[in-house]
This record gives sequence, structure tokens and C-alpha cells, in this order.
Amino acid sequence: MCTGIVETATVSGSGKGPQGWFKLERVNVSYDHPTDALLEHALNIDFVSQKEGPGARVAVELSSESARKLVEVILTTLSRGEAERLG
Amino acid sequence: MHRYTTDMYEGMLAETVMLQGYNGDMINAYYARPLGPGTVPGVVLIHHMPGWDELYREFTRKFAHHGYLAISPNIYYRFGHGSPDDVSAKVRGSGGVADDSVVGDVEGSVRFLKSLPLCNGKVGVFGTCSGGRQAFLAACKLDTLDAAVDCWGGNVVQPKEKLTPKQPVAPIDYTKDLSCPLLGLFGEEDQNPTPQQVDTLEEELKRYRKNYEFHMFPKAGHGFFYYDRPAYRQEQAVDGWKKLFTFFEKHLGTKS
Repeated sequence: MCTGIVETATVSGSGKGPQGWFKLERVNVSYDHPTDALLEHALNIDFVSQKEGPGARVAVELSSESARKLVEVILTTLSRGEAERLG
Repeated sequence: MHRYTTDMYEGMLAETVMLQGYNGDMINAYYARPLGPGTVPGVVLIHHMPGWDELYREFTRKFAHHGYLAISPNIYYRFGHGSPDDVSAKVRGSGGVADDSVVGDVEGSVRFLKSLPLCNGKVGVFGTCSGGRQAFLAACKLDTLDAAVDCWGGNVVQPKEKLTPKQPVAPIDYTKDLSCPLLGLFGEEDQNPTPQQVDTLEEELKRYRKNYEFHMFPKAGHGFFYYDRPAYRQEQAVDGWKKLFTFFEKHLGTKS
């Protein structure tokens, strides 16, 4: 199915695409057909820079289980890093 | 159906062209046609959500092989250029392509085909996935189409909470304006459209006494023609293509 489910957020940082590093502006997170992953639906994350065109993209297509693990490890890592910095 | 023998001449031209689409914009399109004398019908192919990709070029050539002037407009043209998946990702992140834009691009593609001396004057529309939805929409909004094929188009029955400024009206609400015969191919394991949503659309088609033909394929889900995806179902795909070409031959005619 084509869900059309997408959430977006403004982000800052850098990403490495086919042309090298570029400044990130936005992340688009969708739950829809993947292009490459052998799944009917995937949690797709695209870090993009609209200024630099469609090719400025860092993309991942994850299974739902993998996406949840990613969320967990990001939050855990952030918590540990911020605790150490503040401690 | 394409009928040929091993002693026949066969040739095809396939290339990208420019045509005037929505709002008078020039957009690119992939065009394929059989070589040889006579006139033939035309088909506009609306590519799926994953983009104006290799699969849709193959589909376009498949139609040409079967004796059609076939054109697949790049309905994502206005989002810029790059690899099909990068452009598709940009469209997805922008909330999709506007319905009016797609209908305008299909209208321009029909005009392009009908202007060709090779065309027999009949043009159909075909689309899969989001393109299936848009094929139905175009068949309702335009009066220049002679047949339409909707392959598993999701969100034809579109709940109010899924309407957006780009997709402001559920296509089912235009059913009364459907201007040509419709073929629908669906999988019983699909989640969008679900079999129940297909039933809802069918009820609406009956209500307005429209000419339609629906086939619900068992043991198939969404995208069962896509041989490069896990959703591919060989038996159902072969049968689906057969039904599709029979339908177009009936309503668009054949080479003369």
C-alpha cells in the first residue's frame, strides 16, 4: 500500500552523500514502500538538504523492529553522553 | 493481445521527449512506439510512488511491444532531477505531488498522443500504486480518455483525515464523472486498497451505472506485477497483464 505517512523535522548537522559531506537541513521520516529493502513497507529516513537538490540525501530503509532499536540506542547514547558532559 | 510470428518485421522506437503538461509547463516523458505502417491506439502510463524509474520504462516498452503508442510522463518533473529514488524521496518528503498537477500532465500526454498521425484516436490510461489512484482520478476529471486501468490504487476511497491541500478530494467522490470504461486489478491481501474499500468503490460505480470490470486476485497483495519486489506473484501477474491487454484491445482497438 502507499501510505503517504511522513513526518518531517528541521535538523542541523552534516551528512555524507554520494558527493561527499553536506549540511543537513531536514529529516523526512516515512512509513511506506522502500526502494531497496526487501520489505513491503519500511521505516524510511531521509536526511536532506533542499538547497542542494534531490541528490543531497542520506537514506536508510529499516524494518519496524530495526527502527525501534535505532530509537532506543539513540536515546540511550544521548542520555549517557549528556550525563557524562554534565557530570 | 500481441500476435506475432517469427517471420514478422518488428521494431520499436523508445526515447525521452518533452511535452506540455499541467499549467503549460514543459515536462519530460518516456515515449515508445512500434515501427511500421498503420495507426495504433495510445496509452498514458502514470508511474508509481517509487518514481519515474526503470520499471516504468520497461512497462512503457511493453505497451509499445503490444502495439501501442505509449508515453510515461515524469509527473515528478517539477521536483528537480537526480536518481529516480532521490527525486521520489523529495516528493515523499514534500507531501506528494498535487492531484491537479498529475491530471494536467495526463491531459497533456493524451493531447501529445492524439496529435500524432500514427494514433487511431483512442487513448487509455494505466497506473499502478499511487498511479492507479491517479489513473482513476484522470478518468473522472478528463473527457479525452477512452479506457482506464487502475492497478491497486490506494486512497481512491480516501478518508477525510487523509485529505491534504494537494489531495483535497477523495477520488471516489468524482465517480459520477467517470468518462470511460474502467478496469481494476486488486490483490485480496492488500491493505490499501483493502478488499472492503474496493467493494465500496464498486458500489459507487454501480450506483452511477458505470462501465467497469474489477478483478480481485487471491494470494496477492499490493504491487504483484513488480518482479523486483517481494510482492511479485507470477501467476496473478501473468493473468493480470492478459486481462489488461484484452480490456484495452476491446476499448481502444488495435493496429489497422
